[in-house]
Amino acid sequence: MFGWEFPPHIAGGLGTACYGLTRGLARAGVEVIFVVPKAYGDEDNRFVRVLNASDIDALYGDAVSGDIWERVKFITIDSNLVPYATEEELQKEREEETTRKSGSYTKGDVWRERYNFSGKYGANLMEEVARFAMIGAEVARRLEGKFDVIHAHDWLTYYAGMAAKNVSGKPLVVHIHATEYDRSGENVNSVVYNIEKAGMSAADRVIAVSHLTERIVVERYGIPAEKVTAVHNAVRFAGNDHIDAKRGVNDKIITFLGRITFQKGPEYFVEAAAKVLKRVPNVRFVMAGSGDMLNSIIRRVAKLGIADRFHFTGFLRGEEVQRMFALSDVYVMPSVSEPFGISPLEAMKSNVPVIISKQSGVAEVLNYAIKVDYWDIDALADAMYGLIKYPALSDMFITKGQEEVTAMKWNNAALKVVDVYKDALNAAR
Amino acid sequence: MKTVCLYFQIHQPLRLRRYRFFDMGVNTDYLDESLNRANVRAVAERCYIPMNNLLLSLIERHGEAFKIGFSISGFAVELMKQYAPEALDSFRRLAATGCVEFVAETYSHSLSSITSQEEFKEEVARDMAMIEREFGQKPTTFRNTEMIYSDAIGAAVADMGFTAMLTEGAKHILGWKTPNYVYANAVNPRLKLLLRNSSLCDDLRYRFSDKGWDNWPLSADKYLQWISSTDTPGDVINLFLDYETFGYHQGAETGIFDFFVSFVDKAMHAGVAFENPAKVAERLQPVSVLHVPYPISWTDEERDITAWFGNELQNEAIGKLYAQRDKVYRIGDENLMHVWRFLQISNHFYYMSTKWFTQGTVANVNPYGSPYEAFINYMNVLSDFIRQLDEKA
Repeated sequence: MFGWEFPPHIAGGLGTACYGLTRGLARAGVEVIFVVPKAYGDEDNRFVRVLNASDIDALYGDAVSGDIWERVKFITIDSNLVPYATEEELQKEREEETTRKSGSYTKGDVWRERYNFSGKYGANLMEEVARFAMIGAEVARRLEGKFDVIHAHDWLTYYAGMAAKNVSGKPLVVHIHATEYDRSGENVNSVVYNIEKAGMSAADRVIAVSHLTERIVVERYGIPAEKVTAVHNAVRFAGNDHIDAKRGVNDKIITFLGRITFQKGPEYFVEAAAKVLKRVPNVRFVMAGSGDMLNSIIRRVAKLGIADRFHFTGFLRGEEVQRMFALSDVYVMPSVSEPFGISPLEAMKSNVPVIISKQSGVAEVLNYAIKVDYWDIDALADAMYGLIKYPALSDMFITKGQEEVTAMKWNNAALKVVDVYKDALNAAR
Repeated sequence: MKTVCLYFQIHQPLRLRRYRFFDMGVNTDYLDESLNRANVRAVAERCYIPMNNLLLSLIERHGEAFKIGFSISGFAVELMKQYAPEALDSFRRLAATGCVEFVAETYSHSLSSITSQEEFKEEVARDMAMIEREFGQKPTTFRNTEMIYSDAIGAAVADMGFTAMLTEGAKHILGWKTPNYVYANAVNPRLKLLLRNSSLCDDLRYRFSDKGWDNWPLSADKYLQWISSTDTPGDVINLFLDYETFGYHQGAETGIFDFFVSFVDKAMHAGVAFENPAKVAERLQPVSVLHVPYPISWTDEERDITAWFGNELQNEAIGKLYAQRDKVYRIGDENLMHVWRFLQISNHFYYMSTKWFTQGTVANVNPYGSPYEAFINYMNVLSDFIRQLDEKA
């Protein structure tokens, strides 16, 4: 299995989903070798063997993988494409970049080197994606006969998956957690789009995290519908990690937590907040996260004159996220386009009622969540008002939501994935 | 022969600590004590103490003939009391010479003259009381925060009993006129106006150590020659400077201290008079009234107030703060009053400015990474302050 991140070192939902899935697969009797660009050594290895690509020296200029090297060469030029990184992270990336390469030596026209991956989403992303493909081929060669299926998560790893398939002849399953259309609306980056399309086309089977994403895969990428299966994500209960968050304010707190980017619809949250604040004095809004829209959102909040009731926390990590949930009375995910959206499940797990946009994959599996169109700020404001004003409503969402989310297990998702594997193996035969 | 009127501004803001959403309602500790201490210690050691000593020795040498003016904000005094008492003592020694006039300003170095008439009066009265208590003087001259001035503000200041006020010799107000005469307020001509000669001030404040400047290095003779030259018309050259110009913005290594002593000695020798603002206003009659319908200041190229009232972040923060005034006074809690005053310090709003290419980038050290961070932090503190007020009300 090829992924880009694995807990505890994650930037978004991708790593969390990979972790949950591998645990579920382990319970279903599937042995998983997980290859990440950069392993830190503190990954949970109980259910999965995590392979660090930075420890593997790959052959470059080698005849077997040469064709892929050719194919990926063109994208290394455009190495400043950055989907997730913030400006500060990017600056650090650029500084680190000079120290990245190590231990290269040549032997004729073939050279072997270790590449120290950052495993992040920085300036050098495209080169890392290309080099990760080299690793893919090398891993497949070394593990020959020890695996049956190749599983690649999101576009960053598709080339690695394809290379592994080329070397081993084993079937490839690609897993779509997000598409370029979700990230960028209609302004898709054609380089990313092309990699996504190449990966899906080369794959024997495609897994999408929701029916919403399944439709995008079929309609926008022209992948035959029979090749695509929707497997919804689940949520993991890590014991009962009850966070004791001291609540300093008596007001109700309505929270947005996520990247502050176009995809997540932060501006609809702000507009709805202003509407609610006109009616209810004792409520506060919190926007947690960072992103390229943060500054314009701050300006909008100031302009609306609600900055004493609308707070920004910046990017939260680990325990701070749990603390934020523990302080919240309502969680809102107004995403414009969300392939799945695992965070509402985490909120429900923390006994917080949620409002989600109809344009999210998670809306397909949740009953005890209020669903609104992301653009409908009146409906969003109504829902916020209802959940803070009518305890009967929020109590019901809390208890029923807890039951609902408890029933969503990675074990079940893993069983569906196993079916896809079987299907892929049969088709390959 | 001409007169030089030297006046120095002494102000230190209280810096807020990084106050997060999670702190709200949990702790009410808003200030960054260690940063505030470090700042005032650094300024005291590099500027206040050496420059005060230098002025004391000049006064010793020239006696009554050498007079200067100072304004000290309430928070500068509070900080010195807490962290640099020896600096405050040296200001007291200066006050005792009788050669130093203490000019009144707003206690919190606030923008109240623009936002609230009542608060403005309150701020001035508090500053007057502080000066009388600390330095034993009753000011008759006023200078507003960052030299902010308009016809209306001048009229209000005259109503408070002041006879003179300092402000900026802003080009867009003066036109062809020179700042080197005494002018009068357009509403109440009994209030005399002393206008800063910005070009001669900026020679010291910004250009003194600039090696790319064609007049570098600036000698005392050259500077004195500019002042006494017939190309510089008028009766009085008003050199109104940020006190930190000496030893802090222009470090000791630039030679600014030696320059200053040499300039004063040579000027005295050449017959130039050094008078403080009250004396100048008493002796000279205004040449005309000055019309200033919109507020001016000594900040930025524009010399207006857009450094504090220029964007929606600032308007929101200032609007939300001053909307609390009635509540604050109704409750009357001394601790909350203190918070109310330090939240008014104009620097907080200056850090939220999104203007580009302002001189302010040199003049003020912005402790925040961006105006947005400054805004978020300020609003978190202000929101918690409002929460406290609502709880007490």
